Amino acid sequence: MSIQDTKPLTGRIEEVGGVVELGAYQEGGGYAAARTALTTMTPDEVIETVKDANLCGRGGAGFPTGVKWGFVPQGDAHDGGVKYLVCNGDEMEPGTFKDRYLITYNPHILIEGMIIGAYAIGAEKAFVFLRGEYHEPKRNLAKAIADAEAKGFLGERIFGTDFNLDLRIHSSGGRYICGEETALLNALEGKRAQPRTKPPFPPASGAWGRPTIVNNVETFCNVPAIISKGINWYRDLGLTEDSGTKLYGVSGRVKNPGLWELPIGTTIREIIDEHGGGMQDGFKLRGLLPGGASTDFLVEEHLDLAMDFNTIRNAGSRMGTGTMILMDDSICPVDMSRNLQHFFAQESCGFCTPCREGLPWIEQLLLDIEEGRGQPEDLEILDKNAQFIGAPGNTFCLHATGAIEPLQSALKYFREDFEQHIREKRCPYRERSANHG
Amino acid sequence: MNNTSEKSDVLTAKDPLTMAKFYVDGIAYEAEAGENLLHAVLSQSLDLPYFCWHPAMGSIGACRQCAIIQYADEEDTRGRLTMACMTPVADDLRISVSAPQAKEFRSGVIEWLMENHPHDCPVCEEGGECHLQDMTVMTGHSMRRYRNQKRTWRNQDLGPFIGHEMNRCITCYRCVRFYGDYAGGTDLAALGSKSHVYFGRVTDGTLESEFSGNLVEVCPTGVFTDKPFAKHYTRKWDLQSAPSICPGCSVGCNTFASERYGLLKRLHNRYNGEVNRYFLCDRGRFGSHYVNSQNRIRFAGNKAADGSYEYGHSAVVVDAAAQHLEGAIGIGSPRASVETNFALKQLVGAENFCTGMSDVDEDLLNEILTIRNHGGFHSPTPAEIEDADAILILGEDVSNTAARIALAVRQAVRGVSFDMADTANIPQWQDAGVRGHAQHAHNPLFIAVNSSTRLDDIATASCNGSTKTLANIGFNIAAHIDGNFAGEAESEFAKTVAEALKSAKNPLIISGIGSQSKELVQAAANIAWSLRDQDRVASLLYVLREANSMGAALVGGNLSMSDALTKMQQGANAIIVENDLYRRADADTVDGALEGTGSILSLDSLSNRTAEKSDFAFPAATYAEQTGTFVNLEGRAQRFFQVFQPADEIKPSWKWIADLAASNARPEATWVSLEELSAAVNEGSSIELAEIQTDNGSDHEEISVPRQTHRYSGRTAMHADQSVHEPKTAIDPETPLSYSMEGINQEDQDGATIPYVWTPGWNSNQSVFKFQAEVGGPLKGGDPGTLLGTIDTEGPADAHELFRSVPAPESGNGQLMASVSYHIFGSEELSSSSWPVAQRSTGPFVRLHSVDAEKLGAESGNGVFSPEQPDQKYEVVLDDNVAPGTVGIGFGFATHDYLTQTQITLQVDPEFQPRPTGEDRILAKD
Repeated sequence: MSIQDTKPLTGRIEEVGGVVELGAYQEGGGYAAARTALTTMTPDEVIETVKDANLCGRGGAGFPTGVKWGFVPQGDAHDGGVKYLVCNGDEMEPGTFKDRYLITYNPHILIEGMIIGAYAIGAEKAFVFLRGEYHEPKRNLAKAIADAEAKGFLGERIFGTDFNLDLRIHSSGGRYICGEETALLNALEGKRAQPRTKPPFPPASGAWGRPTIVNNVETFCNVPAIISKGINWYRDLGLTEDSGTKLYGVSGRVKNPGLWELPIGTTIREIIDEHGGGMQDGFKLRGLLPGGASTDFLVEEHLDLAMDFNTIRNAGSRMGTGTMILMDDSICPVDMSRNLQHFFAQESCGFCTPCREGLPWIEQLLLDIEEGRGQPEDLEILDKNAQFIGAPGNTFCLHATGAIEPLQSALKYFREDFEQHIREKRCPYRERSANHG
Repeated sequence: MNNTSEKSDVLTAKDPLTMAKFYVDGIAYEAEAGENLLHAVLSQSLDLPYFCWHPAMGSIGACRQCAIIQYADEEDTRGRLTMACMTPVADDLRISVSAPQAKEFRSGVIEWLMENHPHDCPVCEEGGECHLQDMTVMTGHSMRRYRNQKRTWRNQDLGPFIGHEMNRCITCYRCVRFYGDYAGGTDLAALGSKSHVYFGRVTDGTLESEFSGNLVEVCPTGVFTDKPFAKHYTRKWDLQSAPSICPGCSVGCNTFASERYGLLKRLHNRYNGEVNRYFLCDRGRFGSHYVNSQNRIRFAGNKAADGSYEYGHSAVVVDAAAQHLEGAIGIGSPRASVETNFALKQLVGAENFCTGMSDVDEDLLNEILTIRNHGGFHSPTPAEIEDADAILILGEDVSNTAARIALAVRQAVRGVSFDMADTANIPQWQDAGVRGHAQHAHNPLFIAVNSSTRLDDIATASCNGSTKTLANIGFNIAAHIDGNFAGEAESEFAKTVAEALKSAKNPLIISGIGSQSKELVQAAANIAWSLRDQDRVASLLYVLREANSMGAALVGGNLSMSDALTKMQQGANAIIVENDLYRRADADTVDGALEGTGSILSLDSLSNRTAEKSDFAFPAATYAEQTGTFVNLEGRAQRFFQVFQPADEIKPSWKWIADLAASNARPEATWVSLEELSAAVNEGSSIELAEIQTDNGSDHEEISVPRQTHRYSGRTAMHADQSVHEPKTAIDPETPLSYSMEGINQEDQDGATIPYVWTPGWNSNQSVFKFQAEVGGPLKGGDPGTLLGTIDTEGPADAHELFRSVPAPESGNGQLMASVSYHIFGSEELSSSSWPVAQRSTGPFVRLHSVDAEKLGAESGNGVFSPEQPDQKYEVVLDDNVAPGTVGIGFGFATHDYLTQTQITLQVDPEFQPRPTGEDRILAKD
């Protein structure tokens, strides 16, 4: 049994011990899945296979990939014009670095996944929208694309079929909001990176007003193995109702922070203790953001929950990107909240009022509280703003909603810390660390 | 004008099948299914705050101000918050505007917007008519909780029209949506992100778009302000206003003209659902300051031996002048009212009356009138232009001669995007969605004009050439469509245009008198005729020159301009009304006429070369100082009302004419009132002026319509520097409007009589929706204006036989073929005397292809002249869309003579000093 049977995304990286170049990728069975799909399957069969495998989007929302692909007009419903496939590689979620790892070390699995995806929806133009700071991943991906083109895996008449695919890299100008798929499409078109109203959804009208599918890097990387190893194998990988593996990450004061490909549904405790090595000596876990900065805090009582989409949602948070940030007992929850809100306020696109004007106010209130200037009514203002901004539909897109998730949960789980700051007009953590020092 | 209630009923009638019943706070209303809820709620005259939505630009969902509670069904008591502007109306939809959660959220939105909005209302030009003030009061936000510093910006100098105060910005994105998306401007953008979005240009500099003035009204607060007005701004409540008509071109946009202290302070857009709707061009908005010009003629006078004017008591001057009416000819004017032209015609008799147009203009106008009355065409209203699905512009640079039409063309070209949106189930009001989906999809627009135009960016194809060449192509297009029409069916451009027009459902041909070519006018008619079939009547619109070109033509006179000038030269007396003859005929001929032995009586508002050479001069009221009628390019008679009573001896020309007639014992022209004169016009001309209602047409018809607002201040004090006695309130016997603050400005009164829009809680121009039958629909009291004449809808059966003289493309034989070129700022007489427009005006110019310029040894900015007029220099403007071998000569500059040449030789003037670039940064000037 090969490592790739349990780690379809990263197994080959482990086998090779570094960047998987084209030759090594092919030796590990690479591009066989794309060949199979293009030469033996219809686009509908590909979509059905991905649907049946229960692959859910790894960008954070967990929407079933095959279902999404099925929204693209095909056959008679299609007007014959161009369609686009876009890979969302704008990995800007704080604490998240899973896509960088995949693109840097295994670029061909992304390309192969995109070839299959493009074939499934009938797109002959594809883009990888890459985070601007990702220089090394870009170099590796560009080389991989060139190598694949040279082999005829990209370009015209791939595998001797009528299918063509032009794949290009677009380096982002650098805004967190570009991770929102419609803002990404606006940026790709050269417009301001503002989200769009939905409907129309991108599968109906996306890039340049044409049918477009946007999927996350990790999502595409799941596709080749589904085609080559089959639906049942893939579904059996998951420990809970979700299928496949997931790249989980841990940042914070653990002994061994990092990133691991594990069966989806692994418990939080196992991820932290077995893979992250447990908390560093002298530090106690107080809370964690399970899937990046824009997810609600979980606390001690949630550690035995399975990291899958539904379990975490039912606990009041989101699995998000699956790369968790831990808050230990040396960290001031008010200051951490301020830091997070600073990030989200900075990254607001400036389009809708609650996000543009509400988040800076929240940030300012948190700064006041942290620095001992908080007023008793500030918590009420924070609660009200969190309520106004946090409800989906009150803001134009989900950026501000995501920003409020860690705040409202911090106000819930760590409220006493906020109250203490205001009551004592100081941050107790600062003095504690000063005393330690 | 008189408005029939049927008209508005027809316009608002809806297909009952598409209507949906929806409930607002338990009360049932009806709206068209699929319309956005904000539109539907406002259409019921309910109050719901908003910022980013605009009735002409749709919804984008940015400000989140119009939040309401939407309920799932009758049982749902909790509901969920949603944005009205982004929610379609559906049958049985239940919402609450007044639910506490919705009110609390809306107040919260204002609180967010107010974090950074300065507390400078007392010194802000927008104060008192600020939508942000209104919405703040409406939502109830009053206590400030935000403790941080406010955001500040550096402002930009955006040129002489628009002031910029970014600190006041609430980031609603309306400005860039109007300027860029709607009007096609490229130099105003949203820059930056997060809570630091800056709306401005990349660098300081004059806003390029000729529609920049609309930013003043589109901006919901005081970021973009009317710079000339801001110099000495007056609160809206202190302005005395009247419904008016723009005198700047032949479109006839409706305006609110406002006065304080005897000065015309500003113009705002006056909604007319069939004409200008929500927007004006900058010539119109900023071109009216000539009313306050120091160059006004203020007293009646007669010329003394030394050539200066002696001002006497006006009755004495009238009596002296009236001695010279024997056999006098009368020269009217296409910029004077119908009433004045008619009065003059009555005084001198039809055989002695000239409409005051140049020979060419009059010839073209008569041709156009015949085509209009008997051609069987649909002559579209400016608003209807937006429905055209294929447009050909033949020989008329509309952006420079009738800019509001160009703005309508821009919307028409977008029409296909709404069809695409329908197919994709995107609501038409979902502006960003429609634009994003359709991208650059355009309805076909073809431009055959001998220069670059500001519609080139959306043109499917363009074609240049001399006027005759363009006319030739026009004929060829008709021949391509229907072989019975004269023309050679060879040109590729003609073929492309013909195919596109043929496959359109609602094709439109726009031409006009700008190119001064009868052949072009005829070619345009041929194209429209060739498109006729059972299902389709092409629309045909001719752009004319001045505000009352059509009216003057309809009054009509037997004397042409050259006949009139010849008679004067032969010694005839002449009365010249509101006309500078040097703009109508070549200078030598006019000199000869004015130097004739007859006496010349001149009536005008601004001094000009003609007035200066007259024996008697009388001060004529401008459009703002009198009540009268202009007939626009489609034949719509529209009344403008006196805004304020003129100072000194200024009065309407027809009153001077009546005085002269009375002094000369000519009872046939001695009218004592506008009512009497209007009746005479109806009886004695083809023009039917609606009776001027002296009531306001509403249920409270005994109450007059106040020109002053209910908060008008200073009535007893503002003239205290002149007299401590309280002046008697002036009486206006001519109109339903009063010169006081007493009366009611009713939402449902005759749409023509609304002097300003203002309703309780809605102090800004946004209150216009309360005056509309529905948002964007006709006014409750009917849209102003009456279409004149009965138009034959059949048209001639043998149309292809009518115009068969196809001009051959010409060559210049070594000379340049001259055509007429226009500039929106500079080519028009009155607005050129308005100081803000003068700052934007080009000097006299010629447009040349770079090949021809190189042959002359001229570069951009050099001066050239024709050896025949060596003292008149033109600045070279390089334009490679001018056909080689031709030259476009800038029209209408006061310093330069009227040109009649069709071919011209040019030489470079090495001494030429180009007009300084960039505006004079004048801070204060009256």
